[in-house]
Amino acid sequence: MAEGHKSLNLTLKVWRQAGRNAQGQFKEYTVSNISTEASFLEMMDILNEQLIETADPDGPVAFDHDCREGICGMCSLFINGRAHGPDDDITTCQLHMRKFNDGDKITIEPWRSGGFPIIKDLMVDRTAYDKIMQAGGFVSVSTGGVPDANAIPIPKPDADEAMDAAACIGCGACAATCKNGSAMLFVSAKVSQLALLPQGKAEAARRAKAMVAKMDELGFGNCTNTGACELECPKSVSISHIARLNREFLKANIKD
Amino acid sequence: MKGFFKSSIGKKLVMSITGLFLILFLLFHMSMNIVAIISGEAYNKVCEFLGTNWYALAGTAVLALGFLFHLVYATILTIQNRKARGNDRYDNQNLPAGVEWSSKNMFVLGAIVFVGLILHLSHFWSKMMFAELAGCEGLQFGATDGAAWINYYFSQWYNVVIYLVWFVAIWFHLNHGFWSAFHTLGASNSKWIPRLKCISTWFTSIVMGGFALTVLVAFFTAK
Repeated sequence: MAEGHKSLNLTLKVWRQAGRNAQGQFKEYTVSNISTEASFLEMMDILNEQLIETADPDGPVAFDHDCREGICGMCSLFINGRAHGPDDDITTCQLHMRKFNDGDKITIEPWRSGGFPIIKDLMVDRTAYDKIMQAGGFVSVSTGGVPDANAIPIPKPDADEAMDAAACIGCGACAATCKNGSAMLFVSAKVSQLALLPQGKAEAARRAKAMVAKMDELGFGNCTNTGACELECPKSVSISHIARLNREFLKANIKD
Repeated sequence: MKGFFKSSIGKKLVMSITGLFLILFLLFHMSMNIVAIISGEAYNKVCEFLGTNWYALAGTAVLALGFLFHLVYATILTIQNRKARGNDRYDNQNLPAGVEWSSKNMFVLGAIVFVGLILHLSHFWSKMMFAELAGCEGLQFGATDGAAWINYYFSQWYNVVIYLVWFVAIWFHLNHGFWSAFHTLGASNSKWIPRLKCISTWFTSIVMGGFALTVLVAFFTAK
C-alpha cells in the first residue's frame, strides 16, 4: 500500500430486508483494518466476505453495483443521510474510505422512494426509470448514416447543454433524495438532451408528453423546486432542465 | 390540452399562475397600505372607491377563486407527494446546504398564511366590505373608515406581534414561491435561476416590508 494510508475500524449500520414484502430492519456489523485507500464498495465486499465466513444467518448484504467507475448508474446507496455518501458529485462506487474516520459508525440504507421498491437489503427496483425511457426517451426518426461533422450545424452552447443533460446516468439519486419522490430531474435531463439537438427536436412534443405521462402513471411525485435533486445528483444535472421540460410540455399541449 | 390539468406539470402550472396572481394582489394591497401611512384620509378615499362597487366585488370574487384553486391544488399535490415518497423514511437525511428551508415547508407555511388570513378577514373585511354588503350597523367605525380600523387593531401590541409573525411566514412562502412559479412556467434557465432568486428575495422583502411598516407605524403613532 502507498505511504500515508490508514486503517479504519468501523461500525456499519446496514438495512437488511429479506424480500420486497418482508419487514426490514437495521443490523450492526463491525469491520476492521479497512484501508483508507479502499473504495466504499470494496469495504462492502470485505463485509460480505466476513458475513460468508462467519455464516451470518442473513447472508451477504445485497447491493447494486456494476461498472465501479461512476458511469453505469447501478450503485445506489444512501450513506450517512446522503445519496451516494458524504462527498459531492460522485457515485457510491467513486466514494473512498478516506472520507471516513477511525471509529465511525456508518449508516447504509437503500433508496427510499415510492417509485423504487426494495428488492432485497440495499437493492431497489429502478425499472420505473426504464419504463419512462421506453415511453419516449429516444429518437425514432431516421437520422441516416454518419453525417459530415459540419452537415448539421449545432451551436456550441446547445451542444454543451445537451451533453450536460446526457451526463445523467439514471441512478435514481434525484427521486431518492426528493421529499416528494419526484423523478423530474431524470425526466427533464432525458427530454433536454434530445430537445436541444436537431435530431431530437422533430419528436420533442411527443416525447415530453409521453415521458411525463409515464412518470405520472408510475406514481412519482410532483416537483416543488426544492433543488435537492440537483445538489445530490452525482453528475450535477441542473434543475434548469426541469424548466425546459416544463416549457416543452406546455408547448406540446398548446399545439394539440 | 386534454388531460393537461391532471398531469403533474399541469397541476403545478395552476399553482404557479394562481400564486403569481396572489402575489400581484399582495403588491396592490401593500401599495394601498402605504397610502394609509402617508394619509388616513387618502386611504379612506381608496376604501370608498373600492367599497362594494361591482368591480371591487368582481375582483374579490376572482381573488377568492384564485386563492381557493391555490389551496385545493396545494392540498392535492401534497397528498400525492406524500404517497409518492412512500411509507419508509430514511434513518437520517442530511441535505447539503443550498436547499431552501421554505421550499421544504411550503404547505406548512401556507397553512400558517391561511390561519392568518382568517384572522385578517375577521379584523378588516368583515367590518368593511362585508359589513357594507350585509348592511351591518352599530360598528365601532364606518365601513369605509379603513384608517380608523388600522389604527384601532394595530394599537394593540398582541395584534402587532401576530401580524408580524404572519408576515414572516408569508415572506418565506413568497420567497420560494415567486421564483418557483417562473421556473414552473418554464421561464427560467441556468442564468436566470440565480437572478430570479435574487429578484424574489428583493420583491418579497419590499412587499412584506411595506406591510410590516404599516403595522409598526400604526402602533407607534397610536394615541
